[in-house]
Amino acid sequence: MLGKTIKMPQETVFIKGNHAIVEAAIDAGCRFYAGYPITPQNEIPEYMSKRMPEAGGTFIQAESELISINLVFGAGAAGARAMTTSSSPGISLMQEGISYMAGCEVPGVIVNIQRGGPGLGNIAPSQSDYYQAVKPGHGDFHSIVLAPHNIQEMYDYTVKAFDLADKYRIPVIVLSDGLLGQLMENITLKKDQETEYLDMPKDWALTGAKGRDGQRILSLLMRPGALEKHNEHLREKHRTICDNEIQYECFSIDDDIDCLIVAFGTVARISKGVINIAKDMRIGLFRPITLWPFPYMKINELSKRVKKVFVFEMNYGQMLDDVKIAVENSDKIEFYGRTGGGIPTQEELYQFIKARTKGRGY
Amino acid sequence: MKKGKIRILVDRCKGCALCIDECRYKEIKMSKKLNNHGYNVPEFLGKGQCTACKLCSIICPEAAIEIIELVEVEQC
Amino acid sequence: MVIEKIIYKKPESLTDCNFTYCSGCGHSTVHKLIAELVDELGIREKTIAVAPVGCAVFAYDFWNFDVSEAPHGRTPVVATAIKRIHPDNVVFSYQGDGDLVSIGLAEIMHTANRGENISVIFINNTNYGMTGGQMAPTTLLNQVTTTSPMGRNSKNYGYPIKMIELLVSLQGVKYLERVKITSPASILKAKKAIKKAFLNQINGTGFSMVEVLSACPESWKKTPREAIKWIDEEVSAYYPVGKIKDIE
Repeated sequence: MLGKTIKMPQETVFIKGNHAIVEAAIDAGCRFYAGYPITPQNEIPEYMSKRMPEAGGTFIQAESELISINLVFGAGAAGARAMTTSSSPGISLMQEGISYMAGCEVPGVIVNIQRGGPGLGNIAPSQSDYYQAVKPGHGDFHSIVLAPHNIQEMYDYTVKAFDLADKYRIPVIVLSDGLLGQLMENITLKKDQETEYLDMPKDWALTGAKGRDGQRILSLLMRPGALEKHNEHLREKHRTICDNEIQYECFSIDDDIDCLIVAFGTVARISKGVINIAKDMRIGLFRPITLWPFPYMKINELSKRVKKVFVFEMNYGQMLDDVKIAVENSDKIEFYGRTGGGIPTQEELYQFIKARTKGRGY
Repeated sequence: MKKGKIRILVDRCKGCALCIDECRYKEIKMSKKLNNHGYNVPEFLGKGQCTACKLCSIICPEAAIEIIELVEVEQC
Repeated sequence: MVIEKIIYKKPESLTDCNFTYCSGCGHSTVHKLIAELVDELGIREKTIAVAPVGCAVFAYDFWNFDVSEAPHGRTPVVATAIKRIHPDNVVFSYQGDGDLVSIGLAEIMHTANRGENISVIFINNTNYGMTGGQMAPTTLLNQVTTTSPMGRNSKNYGYPIKMIELLVSLQGVKYLERVKITSPASILKAKKAIKKAFLNQINGTGFSMVEVLSACPESWKKTPREAIKWIDEEVSAYYPVGKIKDIE
């Protein structure tokens, strides 16, 4: 257990990824958390059980991930900033709840510290829930999906997730993994930050019909055409998000690169290492930060300037599908994936690239 | 003994007829009429025996029966 | 001279929308009782309900106070969160037997065990009404439903679950009563029980649940009057009415 944690006076703290998620939620004004034990994210409910009451909020250790997500749904419907966290199998149990949040337009943040799958899998890091996050549960809907690749981003993207959730009344997923969850790094906590949408009025929320008629939170629309109209409204929202919220990082991309790596999260971090050791190659990294909305256009544009697009993931090729959509000429694409908790090393990726870019004229 | 009468909100009624058996004085009888939803609805006979006892409105699932008490007031 | 004094009319907390329930359905009666109580306790502006998935999924069309949807069986969980966020509101979870005893059994057990300060109104009509009369965990032995055409037999389908008896040992639970709504007298008794469940919440006593034996003429293939008779004779024989827990 934690024992006494020393709160460093200055803003910088040396902190584990899972703990950064907790600090971020508290700093973002989240005052409702429900979670269930599952490795590799146990530190989150553990630390939250201490920090949330300190912040005057509600901590519930739910009795299943089904209960966790529905607690977040209820809290969100009541107008509160709410969060749950889990890892892969637990997130599968939350798919129904997430779809209801999307349909009812109830905001909320869901953090997935991915582990090896399918089934019980293992507790090593993985990215094999990409599909589940960006092409989610039942019905035409999307959650916004943010993918951190270091501990500062575990903090920053969780804070941002609450803003995006309230701004668009949509579930937001922070898609991380066991490595980032357990890793410790120095980060800066933004204590005094005013999150843009924290005090945004939520007149749609259920607070009791004071001076008004009763209000509903619902997604059931049975009258002919009613649900279709609602779906069009959701699609409009998704277009707006695509127009305004796409985020990515271009790492050492300049005019004369002839290879591009596309990778997110932990594998993007490893790819930066590859670029640093591959001095003899002109290679850059494109890192999607929002996995939905996915930066198709930017990848399309960059892929025209290179001969090879390398897609590296910790799965059998899931983001690969979206990169194929983005890149017109897909024979340029080379995929390398490790799965079942396997983590590619820098050397491994470097050799893979070298083998496919032998001479200059490849 | 109180005096009263009832008003049946015809279009809320579903013709379950539970009110008919509850009325001690048989002041409610199934009519021939259908409401807008096609339910066969009862009617209040108004034989002057209704005591505003509310049993019919209590058993009515649809809150479709209003109870009105007729209060004698001396002409002042 | 005679003046007319209205001494009962449709409660304020009911909208003008007709109930979508079948003729003689118990849901209608309980909706009416809840609306009467919300008026009498003056809590329309404080009440927030959570509707189940089942016949009462449209409850928000009938009550003129805030109502949230919930995924099937998760009704008390959504209610728990709303109550935690708005402790001064009166929050109740309204559920059928499919929602509460079947898919939502873990949810209700843990909500009760945490002693959440909410009221649960549980409608037991021994089948899944909305989806066409299938067997539920509360279906009586030998009762014919669309998924127990030969009558429920315990060998393959187990035994009907007595819900409030299942919850009584949980210390978080403060009030449990089973009622029926087959006559004006039993309806008034049911209303008293529901009122108690609300007052317990308002006074912060803790988790209260009222189980209502409710007629389902359509699925039972009985007239409203026959359905009520069946409750009086058979259903309440297996599910005894009465208070089995009442801790102030």
